[in-house]
Amino acid sequence: MSTPIIELAGVSRTFEQRRKIVKAVDNVSFSVNEGDVICLVGESGCGKTTTGKMVSGLLRPSSGEVRYRGKDIWKMNKEEFREYRLAVQLIHQDPYASLNPAHTIYRILSAPLIHHKLVQDENHARERVRELMRTVEISPPDDFFDKYPHQLSGGQRQRISVARALTVNPSVIVADEAVSMVDVSIRISLLAMLTKLMRDLGVTFIFITHDLAVAKYFAWEGRIAVMYLGRMVELSRTPELINNPQHPYTNALLSAIPEADPRLTRTKERIQLRSPDVPSLLNLPPGCTFHTRCPLYEEGLCDVHVPQLQELEPGVDVACHVAARRHGISLVGETSNR
Amino acid sequence: MTINDGLLVMTKTVLEVDNLSVEFPARRGLVKAVRNVSFQLYEGEALALIGESGSGKTTLGLSLVRLLPKTARIREGRILYRKDGEEQDVLLLSREGLRAFRWRECAMVFQGAQNAFNPVLRIEDQFIDTARAHGIRDKDKVRAEARELLRRVHLDPDRVLKSFPHELSGGMRQRVLIALGLLLKPQIVILDEPTTALDILTQRSVIEVLRSVRDEFKFSLIFISHDLSLAAELADRVATVYAGKIVEIGNVFDIFEKPRHPYTQGLTQTVPTVTGELRELISIPGSPPDLIEPPKGCAFNPRCPYASERCRQEQPPLEEVGDGQFAACWNWREITERKPL
Repeated sequence: MSTPIIELAGVSRTFEQRRKIVKAVDNVSFSVNEGDVICLVGESGCGKTTTGKMVSGLLRPSSGEVRYRGKDIWKMNKEEFREYRLAVQLIHQDPYASLNPAHTIYRILSAPLIHHKLVQDENHARERVRELMRTVEISPPDDFFDKYPHQLSGGQRQRISVARALTVNPSVIVADEAVSMVDVSIRISLLAMLTKLMRDLGVTFIFITHDLAVAKYFAWEGRIAVMYLGRMVELSRTPELINNPQHPYTNALLSAIPEADPRLTRTKERIQLRSPDVPSLLNLPPGCTFHTRCPLYEEGLCDVHVPQLQELEPGVDVACHVAARRHGISLVGETSNR
Repeated sequence: MTINDGLLVMTKTVLEVDNLSVEFPARRGLVKAVRNVSFQLYEGEALALIGESGSGKTTLGLSLVRLLPKTARIREGRILYRKDGEEQDVLLLSREGLRAFRWRECAMVFQGAQNAFNPVLRIEDQFIDTARAHGIRDKDKVRAEARELLRRVHLDPDRVLKSFPHELSGGMRQRVLIALGLLLKPQIVILDEPTTALDILTQRSVIEVLRSVRDEFKFSLIFISHDLSLAAELADRVATVYAGKIVEIGNVFDIFEKPRHPYTQGLTQTVPTVTGELRELISIPGSPPDLIEPPKGCAFNPRCPYASERCRQEQPPLEEVGDGQFAACWNWREITERKPL
């Protein structure tokens, strides 16, 4: 098997807040092969954005390794690191904040081309910017050259953000809630455009979203990773995760989502949680962090032992004692399991 | 009037909006945020106003309680509020009349209001303050009522009443607001984006709370949302707002299952569902129109796959297209099924 393009091995990240330690990401491991897509899904505070920032090299893990093509990015030499930074591009959530309001669209898109010497001259730059704008379906490109971000709609701005990420021919795009800020009617065309990019350019996508429905559509042929309070609780192929969720948290999320279909949404089976309140990241419960809310909770097991992500079936990795036992697997080591 | 929820029921109208138009002056001209809107709100029903940002749905909501920004101008229209056989036009109310109307008759919870509590007041005092502003000075009575309401929204009164707003999570604050809105037992509650920016499981608890307090207190609910799934979940009737106009209104099942306005049809096809098969999603081409100079004829015509010459010239009126379902489209007869891609 070839080396994964991105690999996280036991990555954790803590932040200090008023002398207290916040564990934003706790021992997360996963790998992505070239051309694959993975969606990181979870509620606010689950660590998905922090994970995205570590993948793109904007944050240094407190422990563990982030590898690009097999190499720890924080042990790379200057030249290797530069190459990695160009290869992995981040698209931010807010298209209103991520484009410089004082620069024209042409300047925004041509600056990286010129800086990284990807074009020979002005004419070449213009030609390349046009091409990029056509890729993100903004037409006619020349009409937008002299416009400023405020003259564009939210959807158009997000397309420009995508075009900017593409200027340096990245191999990996980390898209953090890239379609969340735009209206429903625009969202689908943006998603379709990103899907097309993924197929046509073979770009590897790490797609971060709180919306499982969006994740389902974007990553139907890939995988979804569900995160809860800094840990990855389930990482499965999308159809399996949606149709047959193994972790009780995944199951609770899927059952709680309101659907845009009155008959479907009013007859959906709902899973009752033991508590509606999310524990504070400053004071995480022992054992499985979901045990305070979990309907499958077992005393002496779930509140004592931290379940590790374990492959229960091919392509289905789950961190849950009860789900593992159903598959005849114990997540508790011999010594502690008397 | 009758609405169809399986059987015909005689229903009273508690609010009737008649030909309402609201404008905002801007440098380039007048922004026509609400254009000749008419609809009725029936007793005990939940009406969802859905539409994209900038469609005018919030302006419409704000005008119902006359909380529009100072620059706004109500060009024409009437907002008739009915109770106990009496009728008054909200637009003609005096300052005092308006004060009595707001919160006692009609409570409105704004978008993002969970972040608009007075940060230095405990939740208990937020309740007492609200009551005092409406002439109720018996603190013990207010406290007792607040405790009861907090229990109804699944919060622990002992903990919550003594808390400051920042000590509560977003979902808890939203539920406190729902309780606060019900304090004076209004006949109408208006909620603007009640679940936006809340996490999925929190959203679910707010939805369940809304459902149970509606069952119990029988108020009429108007909620404004860009989230179609919330409408599917909670509404009895749905009104689609586009470019300041109601372009379709009807029973929630009809709106989702047999929309007759191409915009409603477009909207319902753009939202992915989690359960069920992977169906093809179709996006609506183009972007929302300029409200200073809305397109001639039907404002949706530049984005509409069905647009004909007539649509580019004449504005279609709301026309009855089914049982209690109205759509403003010249070609509604052709819009009978989902248009394939």
